[in-house]
Amino acid sequence: METIKLTIDNKEVEVPKGTTINKAAKKLGIDIPTLCYMELKDMNIENKPGGCRLCVVEVQKRRNLAPSCSTNCEEGMVILTHTPRVLNARRTVMEFILSDHPKDCLVCPKSGNCELQSMAHRLGIRDIPGQEYAEMSTYRKDFSPSIIRDLDKCIMCRRCETMCNTVQTVGALSAVNRGFMAAVAPAFEQNLEFSTCTYCGQCVAVCPTGALTEVNHVPNVLRALADPSKTVIVQTAPAVRAALGEMFGMKPGTLVTGKMVTALRSLGFNYIFDTDFAADLTIMEEGTEFLDRLNRHLKGDKTARMPILTSCCPGWVNFFEEYFPDLKDVPSTSKSPQQMFGAIAKTYFADKIKVDRKDLVVVSIMPCLAKKYECQREEFSTDGNRDVDFSISTRELGEFIKQANIDLNNLEEGEFDVPMGESTGAGVIFGTTGGVIEAAVRTAYELQTGKKLERIDFTELRGLEGVRSATIDFDGLPINIGIAHGLGNARKLLDDVRAGKSQFHAIEVMACPGGCIGGGGQPLHHGNSEIIKARAAAIYAEDKSKPLRKSHENPFIIKLYKEFLDKPNSEKAHHLLHTKYFDKKKKIIVKQ
Amino acid sequence: MSKYTMQLMVCGGTSCNSAESDVIVCNLRDEIEAKGLSDKVQVITTGCFGFCGKGPIVKVMPDNIIYVQVKPEDTQTIIEEHVIKGRKVERLLYRDPKTNEIAGDSKHMSVFKKQLRIVLRNCGVINPENIDEYIARDGYQALGKVLTEMTPEQVIKVVNDSGQRGRGGAGFPTGLKWDIASKNKADQKYVVCNADEGDPGAFMDRSVLEGDPHSVLEAMAICGYSIGASEGLIYVRAEYPMAIRRLKIAINQAHEYGLLGNDIFGKGFNFDITLRYGAGAFVCGEETALIHSMEGLRGEPTIKPPFPAQSGYLGKPTNVNNVETFAAIPVIILKGAEWFSKIGTEKSRGTKVFALAGKINNVGLIEVPMGTTLREIIFQIGGGIRNGKKFKAVQTGGPSGGCLTEKHLDMPIDFDNLIAAGSMMGSGGMIVMDEDNCMVSVAKFFLDFTVDESCGKCAPCRIGNKRLHELLSRICDGKGIPEDLDRLRNMSLVIKDTALCGLGQSSPNPVLSTLDNFMNEYEAHVKDKKCPAGECKNLMEYVVNEENCVGCTACARVCPVNAISGQRKEVHHIDPTICIKCGACKEKCKFDAIFIR
Repeated sequence: METIKLTIDNKEVEVPKGTTINKAAKKLGIDIPTLCYMELKDMNIENKPGGCRLCVVEVQKRRNLAPSCSTNCEEGMVILTHTPRVLNARRTVMEFILSDHPKDCLVCPKSGNCELQSMAHRLGIRDIPGQEYAEMSTYRKDFSPSIIRDLDKCIMCRRCETMCNTVQTVGALSAVNRGFMAAVAPAFEQNLEFSTCTYCGQCVAVCPTGALTEVNHVPNVLRALADPSKTVIVQTAPAVRAALGEMFGMKPGTLVTGKMVTALRSLGFNYIFDTDFAADLTIMEEGTEFLDRLNRHLKGDKTARMPILTSCCPGWVNFFEEYFPDLKDVPSTSKSPQQMFGAIAKTYFADKIKVDRKDLVVVSIMPCLAKKYECQREEFSTDGNRDVDFSISTRELGEFIKQANIDLNNLEEGEFDVPMGESTGAGVIFGTTGGVIEAAVRTAYELQTGKKLERIDFTELRGLEGVRSATIDFDGLPINIGIAHGLGNARKLLDDVRAGKSQFHAIEVMACPGGCIGGGGQPLHHGNSEIIKARAAAIYAEDKSKPLRKSHENPFIIKLYKEFLDKPNSEKAHHLLHTKYFDKKKKIIVKQ
Repeated sequence: MSKYTMQLMVCGGTSCNSAESDVIVCNLRDEIEAKGLSDKVQVITTGCFGFCGKGPIVKVMPDNIIYVQVKPEDTQTIIEEHVIKGRKVERLLYRDPKTNEIAGDSKHMSVFKKQLRIVLRNCGVINPENIDEYIARDGYQALGKVLTEMTPEQVIKVVNDSGQRGRGGAGFPTGLKWDIASKNKADQKYVVCNADEGDPGAFMDRSVLEGDPHSVLEAMAICGYSIGASEGLIYVRAEYPMAIRRLKIAINQAHEYGLLGNDIFGKGFNFDITLRYGAGAFVCGEETALIHSMEGLRGEPTIKPPFPAQSGYLGKPTNVNNVETFAAIPVIILKGAEWFSKIGTEKSRGTKVFALAGKINNVGLIEVPMGTTLREIIFQIGGGIRNGKKFKAVQTGGPSGGCLTEKHLDMPIDFDNLIAAGSMMGSGGMIVMDEDNCMVSVAKFFLDFTVDESCGKCAPCRIGNKRLHELLSRICDGKGIPEDLDRLRNMSLVIKDTALCGLGQSSPNPVLSTLDNFMNEYEAHVKDKKCPAGECKNLMEYVVNEENCVGCTACARVCPVNAISGQRKEVHHIDPTICIKCGACKEKCKFDAIFIR
């Protein structure tokens, strides 16, 4: 590889051709501050609009300062990163940015997690000259079911745009207006709700400031907990336990399942259940549906469309309803685990504990922001009473626990309650890309072949490659599996399905890169894929530690069918656990 | 040859056209027909003569007589007096504002005397809607020569040797640009003509496109041959309807003649040109922003490298040149690099078109050799300052340039001298200011423009320029403090040092150059709360001079807000708390009894 030699702050360094000044400096241990810059290593995506201009450095013989995030090293370059000229420029530009930024840090949802705040601290800004007469660019706030946009706080770093357009190919966000009023917003400055947004929350996950935040449902949960007439039950998604610890200073990948249960109990929830239980249930329904379609397909039934697509991810559901409404009969009709849980909780479980569904409050802890929208979908409520009342994110739960003076580090390991807290390893791996289809394979194999599965770990289905495929031998019948995470990758597979070119029997899609462990509601990972990998490892470790690792072996699932649902895909199961999809292709209406 | 013995050339540029030159053309034709002269006298709509301040212009050939500020009702006189009786219509001739002498013919008019028209060679000379007239003036000969006698390398060498630098503003050597684009291998390359002229007061590109569109088309084809591109795109402002219309006509005619399209001159070279319309964003004159706009993306610049020559339109090597740059190319090819390189200064060869505007007598478009001094341009070609006022400053390079003063008047103008003086060539706007212009307000005016036109991508330009503008407004309002001047300078220097593209990097130039050259005015604003030029309303007060006031009440009667009180034949008073400083009283007073303090 061709290399380049240069000097940074009087130190020599040799780097491969094409390396930016910033990265070369890192090699020397020089950390040049950046704000708008974001790198998603595994996806090979860099957001470097060169917009914030805080990373500028002095390059000898160059007229002006160079943005180190987006200027490539050249042979013999002499670079100085902290001359008075550079420091003055950085400070002045930071003063510019702050002069057009609200000063409500005390009550901002990003407070403490805000990169702009940290940068102001790092650069030692103590005063914003001319603040008293500086005009601010202000915009209308936008509240959607999942995400709040407060563009007054937008600093035009364009990270959300990169996530929404380049990674997710959703195209809901782009820069609008110009000059002082420039900001990132949906086309025609529409509300997010009327845009193509899928609520995947990846924009929120990368926003350095409080411009994009989730709708906070903790106050609703608190109200429910305080109401003696309500029985409040909680379900926790598998990805939550693999990331919550990070909010309490634990190493990424620390499993906190037991501590989380104890914390939830201490917060006052009446029953602590596990979404993993519903994941096992999903496998029963989805797996059966898959086998039914597969066997009809193998018999030549033209109405049995292949491939089947998973449907547990609400961001993904929103995506195909928006972009592939013509394929809406392709995905499985099974509800997501969150909604299956809600449906069973408000019928079977409510009956069991003799509580009216209106007095039973179901809260979900999700790594996801689209779940907030999903639980508000009309078809998921009965007489106006939602199956899942509130969905809060991992981040919100972390904050909630802190507000209650609980230090997760010091908690005893607790146990989920029965019956809906019991799960198999298959339910756990729902939290990572490849997990849903692996869980499905474990069950479908045994149901289809009638044989016992020798090998439970399907490592060929794991990993962080954006699009993966594998062929699983169902006792002589090769089953082609496709996996995509990140909606941009999903689009590639869907385009093939639409064109009739897809060779897959089943495709798993998760909207967020990495799957739920990289969800829009998780503790911020700032694009660091090492964190994602550690979370995935934690999930697989929990799977491995479980005595039961196939959904159909979950004794409470077996009991549920026996007592209540009859059998998978029964009429009752259809009524409670399946759904339908809608054509939501947006028609853009421009007001005249 | 032509059967006509006389030609009446009427300027059909946007400026003259909006002063009804189209009606003049119709009237002239009607008159000629009525007098039965249709086979002897021809009326031609031409491009811009450059004498826009005195338009509409009618030029009578072969007498070389220019009539200025012609009205539709003047046509009968011109036909009867000049065409039929051979007598000049004196009242329509140009009068020198200083000497009040009537100019005999165009050759003796100071406005044309110092000019050397290469880019504008056909403007005001040919009918831009007729390709034959372009061809008659050696049009498409350069393309023919290039295709039949030269290799692409030879063409690039000629352009390189000519020393021509890009006329869009930055002055990058044209030949070098072509060379880089030619060396980048790709299955498809593009030639782009940047016709997104955005400087306030600059209209040289528009005039070329309106007056001589074929020169640009021909040059683009030559460029396409040199770099290996078969597609050309002209990014032209949608606000230039006449330029667009004439370009369309020109492209169609060139197609008909086989001068665009496939197998041009039978040499197997294919080249086609399409138009792209810009929505008038200033920043889209920046080449990367322009390319994004053409691609249907947001018109905002991206960091270079990669340069368009490496990865431009649709990711392919793209050569972007300005209209004026292209328009000179056919002449360079025909007359040779040596001829061109002898014109101008050592580092800036050739000529430059300037748009003269502001407080100058001859407002319009001129073309002079590089190295001409500001004094020659302003006082000889421009005819000096209007109303005998004193010259104060000239802003070159539009909003990105700087204000030059008396001490710069004898500096030969070229790319490097202007930058050394704290300004820039830009696209060639020249706005002249006199003693009545407040330089703080001038800086504020230009900042107002850049604040409006910033794309908002980088923080220094998006927010910094806004803050500069705010501070300038405060100073003009009398709210400034001496420390503000240091802040103004620091903010300006940082914006210049950190902004992403040329727009932001040059936007503080008007502030810095006025700070450098007119510090005393700034100080008067912040320390004494006075505007020496008397332009900043909040810093002035209309006062009655008690000695001169006779109590005629004229001022009180004209005051729109009843700020003036006083009995008849007694001294009047102006209440400064009510006065809105409209100046009506001062204008009305016959006794010079109202002054500004």
